[in-house]
Amino acid sequence: MISFLLRSLLHGLLVLWVVASLTFILLRLAPGGPFDRERKLPPEVIANLEAKYHLDEPPLAQYLRYLSGILRGDFGPSYKYLDRGVNEIIADTLPTSALLGLLALGFALALALPLGLLAAYFRDSWIDRLCVFISTLGISVPHFILGALLIWGVALQLGWLQAGRWDDWSSAVLPMATLGAAPAAYLAALLRSTLIETFGEDFIRTARAKGVKESAVVLRHALRHSLIPVLTVMGPLTAALLTGSFVVEYVFAIPGMGRFFITAVTDRDYPLIMGVTLVYTTLLVGANFFVDLLYGLVDPRIRTE
Amino acid sequence: MSTRLDNRDAAQCDAWFALSIGFVLIVTLSAALAPWLSPYSAGGLEEKRILEAPSFAHWMGTDGLGRDLLTRVLYGARVSMTVGVGTGLIALVIGTIYGLISGFKGGAVDQLMMRFVDIFYGLPDMLIFILLSLVFGRNLGGLLIALGLVSWVRFARITRGQVLQAKEFLFVEGARAMGASRRRLVLRHILPNITGPIIVTLTFSIPSAILAESTLSFIGIGINDPYSSWGTSWGTLAQDGWRAMRTYPHVLFFPATAIFLTILAFNFLGNGLRDWLDPKGR
Repeated sequence: MISFLLRSLLHGLLVLWVVASLTFILLRLAPGGPFDRERKLPPEVIANLEAKYHLDEPPLAQYLRYLSGILRGDFGPSYKYLDRGVNEIIADTLPTSALLGLLALGFALALALPLGLLAAYFRDSWIDRLCVFISTLGISVPHFILGALLIWGVALQLGWLQAGRWDDWSSAVLPMATLGAAPAAYLAALLRSTLIETFGEDFIRTARAKGVKESAVVLRHALRHSLIPVLTVMGPLTAALLTGSFVVEYVFAIPGMGRFFITAVTDRDYPLIMGVTLVYTTLLVGANFFVDLLYGLVDPRIRTE
Repeated sequence: MSTRLDNRDAAQCDAWFALSIGFVLIVTLSAALAPWLSPYSAGGLEEKRILEAPSFAHWMGTDGLGRDLLTRVLYGARVSMTVGVGTGLIALVIGTIYGLISGFKGGAVDQLMMRFVDIFYGLPDMLIFILLSLVFGRNLGGLLIALGLVSWVRFARITRGQVLQAKEFLFVEGARAMGASRRRLVLRHILPNITGPIIVTLTFSIPSAILAESTLSFIGIGINDPYSSWGTSWGTLAQDGWRAMRTYPHVLFFPATAIFLTILAFNFLGNGLRDWLDPKGR
């Protein structure tokens, strides 16, 4: 198991390095620079600015400077927000984004577990068909459409909740539902098909024959076994949550990293773009590694490899 | 446990499938025949009739500049279909060739190539789209390249897995024994037998491309051509509607519904195709 985890860790570090380098290259290749204004700045000013931010050095030197900064945990100054460094901006916004992500994940699991269970247990009944239909709907709705719909329906028409704020728990409900809906749908479908397979397994038949209570058969035996594929899929699911968070933060005006990323892209604020990209990738790599770790703990077959 | 579809199931599956195919056809026809189908010209502005609700003259109402929304939605189908199918095809070509080489060569080459694919799988795709779109420009071509460069990995993995399986088929061994060249083996024997999952993957990659493009356009980093006479993305239309949502929801409702139904139709289509080609995987 140690070698398995080590490989996972190395792979994660490789991904991080590739992303860091790729981001660096892409930003240098992109047309337009961070100091383009509508009125062209005098060349001396641009030269000074470039010298200050080390943009006049040869690319390799810039790359090495950038990498060494990252290794020290320093993402550099922001080109746009002159009073705050990238580290500070990220420190301010990361907790918000992380909280939203975790809430959405919790929501997805809370919704998917009962839905998937019901659909699988009452297979081919109207419950099952309804759940499958809702699942397919869920993965087909873009985040911004669901968000806009919820805002229009719940906040504007019905007035049950406020939108566009992030001050107390009630303002997290709509964003959480928007971000978590698609993962919920996907997990429900996955859980349903896994459970259907599990219900046909011999050990379930044995448990029933032994006279185990039906609720224990379903919850303790079948569900536990079927959660393994769900765990495996948590890695890519985190990626989906991350990418969805950009839009949800935009739609609900939540002060998270995603919103800053979008504005940084339009402003060509290189250090901020790179910092946020790396933080997101680190979260993703961390989540994948954590999933591998849990998977090794949960499935004894992995441990004996 | 029954794995056989009874008549009732089959009929229901067919109904959804038929509806999806029908809808996809409608969207494709709108894209192709927009100038003939739309009641008004593409750039037509009528200042006196701004933000009108749906009426007989304007079936979907008008937008903030007085343009007929139905016309804009019909023309917008062009962008969505081009982006969706275009991305799918680009990703298919790159990914399938890659997967064929990797799977057929096997051994160390295969390991290396798949390691590369694994790295791609580890990247957060929306981030990479956005960064690539900075490089390739915010126009249709640039977006196609950006989306294609991220989506190809799906095809590579599927193709490679299928090739690994197909290599074991007896007729491949037979052809090889008869002295078939490697190229003939791949093109004539392996490839025709693995088209099923590839087609299914294509059918699923179209809606995710449409989803990505409309989301990017909605947040303002998509195709940068809002007055185009060729067609404006549904996502951009949705952004216009988003601003007016409080009092004029119809401007958001129609493009959003178009996006949603198109993605849904392709997803149903993909499900149906997948069940048809591989019923035991249900």
